[in-house]
Amino acid sequence: MNELVFFINKGIFAGAIIGSIYALGAIGVTLIFGILRFAHFAHGDMMTLGAFVAYAMAAALAAAGVTAPLPLAMMMLPVVMLVTAGMAIGIDRAFYRPLRNAGARGIVLVMASIGVTLMLQGVIRLFAGPSSREMYFNERKDIFRIEVPGANQMITLTEPQIALFIVTAIAVVALHYFLSRSRLGKAMRAVSDNPSLAQVTGISIETVVRTTWIIGGGLAALAGTMLALDVSLKPDLSFNILLPIFAATIVGGIGQPYGAIAGGFVVGYAETLAVFNWSVLLRPIARMTDGAFEVPPSLAFVPTEYKLMVPFVLLIIILIYRPTGIFKGRVL
Amino acid sequence: MSLLEIRDLHAGYGQMMILKGVNLTLEEGEIGVIVGPNGAGKSTTLKAIFGMLNITAGSIHFDGRDITGMSPEKLAAHRIAMVPQEDNVFPTLTVHENLEMGAYTRRDDFSHVLDEIYALFPPLKDKRRQPAGELSGGQRQMVAFGRALMIEPKMILLDEPTAGLSPMYMSEIFDRVIAINKTGVTVAMVEQNAKQALAIAHKGFVLANGHNSYTDTGRALLDNPEVAKSFLGG
Repeated sequence: MNELVFFINKGIFAGAIIGSIYALGAIGVTLIFGILRFAHFAHGDMMTLGAFVAYAMAAALAAAGVTAPLPLAMMMLPVVMLVTAGMAIGIDRAFYRPLRNAGARGIVLVMASIGVTLMLQGVIRLFAGPSSREMYFNERKDIFRIEVPGANQMITLTEPQIALFIVTAIAVVALHYFLSRSRLGKAMRAVSDNPSLAQVTGISIETVVRTTWIIGGGLAALAGTMLALDVSLKPDLSFNILLPIFAATIVGGIGQPYGAIAGGFVVGYAETLAVFNWSVLLRPIARMTDGAFEVPPSLAFVPTEYKLMVPFVLLIIILIYRPTGIFKGRVL
Repeated sequence: MSLLEIRDLHAGYGQMMILKGVNLTLEEGEIGVIVGPNGAGKSTTLKAIFGMLNITAGSIHFDGRDITGMSPEKLAAHRIAMVPQEDNVFPTLTVHENLEMGAYTRRDDFSHVLDEIYALFPPLKDKRRQPAGELSGGQRQMVAFGRALMIEPKMILLDEPTAGLSPMYMSEIFDRVIAINKTGVTVAMVEQNAKQALAIAHKGFVLANGHNSYTDTGRALLDNPEVAKSFLGG
């Protein structure tokens, strides 16, 4: 039983946690690609930016003596998302829109977004320094333990992890209703399908672009803040998860929001299960068969240090055998 | 006053001028057909009306108002709609959603228009929940027409509506155009199948090298031996 609990904690929950973060990031990347036709490399740093906005707000409130039943950074999430969405629109106005209006090709915008990435990293370090920070201010990170009969280990989940599952579920359902029911959501899909026809139809491309940044920026802030709450806040927090997010986007099918969600979890689980020590699950089987075979102490597909390799292998396999991804997306 | 009045239009893409003096007038309720050889500027004329390229000289008036270079968003408010030649549906949106998008600029209740369009194109009603990209070429064209009709246009611009369709569908499309026109919608249409198109036209415009070569009634152009020889294949 202990082995099963270990698998639930280190396999199923760990995969779902990182998968949710990837999914939230990949939705933004895929929507931006669908509408604006470029790979937004600054998305990881938009997540960090959101997390720092949350940190700053929580710090200010904590200094003012405000207390809340939930961590302040979590309580402030709606405001943080709005502020980050506003910043995303600002970045678009300052850097991407002038290029778009000048008729620049997609690759030029990709390069510009790499520039924005470096700039954001610099700005964040300038104000916050390179050190790692805690998102909790004299607050407790609650840990929930569920006892499993017949096991002395317990299923454990922390408060930010549970919150992450809840907000991811809310975000996915809200996005679904927005895209399939609302006038603006359908217009977004229309622009993604056929921008010139959308224009002929009288859909305002500017409004759709702004909406895309609001959703992308808002979800990036959500993912960044939740990740920082779960681990800790570092200036390079999300830069390291940018590449798995791109892998998730492509695995899911570029331009497909539902694909991005699926891709996020596929990549998250692939990574988690590849570094999982499968000996833990094999040992009880070996015991039951009276040691018919020997179980090595460590049996993972990939050593933990090489975890980042997994999304890439997955990405290459997808690009070779199914370039449109799980949900039929665009081909790069 | 004519509904559509294009005077001495010069327009093109960037530095490349394609239209060099196009004149075109249509009265309310007419079908106007633009024909001519490839590269004459037929589709370009429609795109110029729709504010999609650079107009350097001349003017376009609609219903007494200057609409030269007006954006598609504003044209929808003036109730002008366009059906482009290719890629004229949203493939992943359902048939119903395609029609809803046609009414994007409308803020009023447009359910009666939806009913009218389903009555005009009965096959669409059965397929309303299907993505438009899964339909046959002829049905996609119905979706494209329906989408444009959602704003209840006074004038509809059709860019080669029969392009790529089998001859069987071709006459069906022309029948639809006549049906739409009968409801009072003025039609400006570019066509490759010049003879069939001029046969249903009140007015015909033969363009060559970016300006009018002949302008007359559809019937008269069909009967004109010179037009027949140069543009209609004898």
